[in-house]
Amino acid sequence: MGFGDEGGAPLKEVVVLSGKGGTGKTTLIAGFSALSPEAVLVDCDVDAPNLHLLVSGSLIQEGGFSASQAASLDASRCDRCRICAESCRFEAVLLDDAAGPRIDGIACEGCGLCERLCPSEAITMVDRASGTWMATRTSGGMMFHAILGAGEGNSGKLVAMLKRKARAYCVETSASLLLIDGPPGIGCPVIAALSGADLAVLVAEPTLAGKADLERAMSLCRQMKVVPAVAINRWDLHPALSEAIEEMARQEGAVLLGRVPFDEAVYRLASSRESIATTETAAGTATRRVWERVQELIRNESR
Amino acid sequence: MRIAVASGKGGTGKTLVSVNLSAAVGADLADLDVEEPNSYLYFRDGPTSIIPVGRPVPAIDPGLCDLCGECVRVCAFNALVRLPGRIKVYEELCHGCGACMRLCPSRAISEADHAVGCLIRSSSGARRLVYGRLNVGEPIAIPLLKAVKGLLPADRTVIMDCPPGTSCNMIEAVKGSDYVIMVAEPTPFGVHDLILAADVLDRMDVPHGAVINKVGIGGVDIAAICAEQGITVLATMPFRRDIAQRHAQGQLMLDRPEDRRMFLDLWASVTKEVRR
Repeated sequence: MGFGDEGGAPLKEVVVLSGKGGTGKTTLIAGFSALSPEAVLVDCDVDAPNLHLLVSGSLIQEGGFSASQAASLDASRCDRCRICAESCRFEAVLLDDAAGPRIDGIACEGCGLCERLCPSEAITMVDRASGTWMATRTSGGMMFHAILGAGEGNSGKLVAMLKRKARAYCVETSASLLLIDGPPGIGCPVIAALSGADLAVLVAEPTLAGKADLERAMSLCRQMKVVPAVAINRWDLHPALSEAIEEMARQEGAVLLGRVPFDEAVYRLASSRESIATTETAAGTATRRVWERVQELIRNESR
Repeated sequence: MRIAVASGKGGTGKTLVSVNLSAAVGADLADLDVEEPNSYLYFRDGPTSIIPVGRPVPAIDPGLCDLCGECVRVCAFNALVRLPGRIKVYEELCHGCGACMRLCPSRAISEADHAVGCLIRSSSGARRLVYGRLNVGEPIAIPLLKAVKGLLPADRTVIMDCPPGTSCNMIEAVKGSDYVIMVAEPTPFGVHDLILAADVLDRMDVPHGAVINKVGIGGVDIAAICAEQGITVLATMPFRRDIAQRHAQGQLMLDRPEDRRMFLDLWASVTKEVRR
């Protein structure tokens, strides 16, 4: 979905992504939230969520989340025929384990083939707890976040569910802006976070790795028909690379949002849960300018 | 011996540790962050071989298919949908479990290859790298990650640069390694995600310890937290603009004897831990 084709619905979704991890996504979105207290927040980095460390509040609702099943093997019924182990593509059946035959719950992807093939009915598929979702009332808007259970997969499904809850809440409360903190990478949870967004803010850092990863993230935005807008964080650590990244972004048709300098204050403030965006620091001023550009883009494109 | 370098939080310095440590001790390097591989930027000679990788997806023979819908029912991933007159395959949702092919009563399903990315070998002088590059838009990284691991020699020491996070990609990457070096930073985010990663590794029963990188920023007493959590600290590395800048441009940081010493000391700590 791109700009303006939501059939008149006022809700706008801005997702912050980066490709490379550690470029400053969460710090930026916490800043946006401080500058736009009515916005609803979603932390889509469900396997290493951090937004709740910057945006405090009180938990008002939480629930379990199950996105898949896993096989469970009853050793007393198993006659070691090995049909399950030979057909499992994920090497999840451990028949020769010292403790007796069992399923490696981390390796099992829940396809259920073993259950269907087992002649002794020793295998049953059971729901697996994949994680917990939470709604937290912050000093700004409501924040939807989650934590994936240790070792669980399916983070794309958890991201999609979190966004559904957040969108429903926005409709219910007539909120007009959803700010989404995305995960690093370009795989399934990123695709789920990006899906349906009106604008993708890509935070890049001036390193060769940051440039290479941004290029792939922009390419994903293009595939998913979401407008990419690029902000460079800690730009002064390598001005020449910052220049090169902006040039690449321009050529790829991305909107430039500006640059945020390296500022020790960001780290100091994070430890006391303060947002950089409302302070008179170099990074604070720059963050406000980036936010103004984002607001302009949202406004212009909604006409 | 396989040593994984992981982190939880992204951007803490996994690639910095991986490329410099492997170069300092003469180990092979594998980059398992197939969504956003970066280690190749430190290998100037460029690719020496590129091998495409696919994963199996169902291919339905319309001449044999009688549209009974059994494949749609058995697919746990909703990758098959019955439309009027045909079964449609959503390849991006398929996990390649083979259930549909195995259970089709008409034997109408065979398997085709869905391209997911490629395996690339690269070198720089005597240093050797193997990595995977996932195609943009491909959601599932695991098959490619497994393919990279399949190329690793059993008889050599390999350092594995792993993806961030604590979910399936990270788990698949560190699985089977002799030891995991977790790279952490002394910020609230860094500490939070280090604890998550250590928890996953404890559950997997893989021995692990931490390198504290960027000491000087963040102001969190991460060493005290490591002691409290029972996490071994293997080494600490300062935040220095000169390190950040050289690493940014794809340079190793082994020229200065004291920096080289730091990685050799780290290696001594790791090998001591592995022998324990």
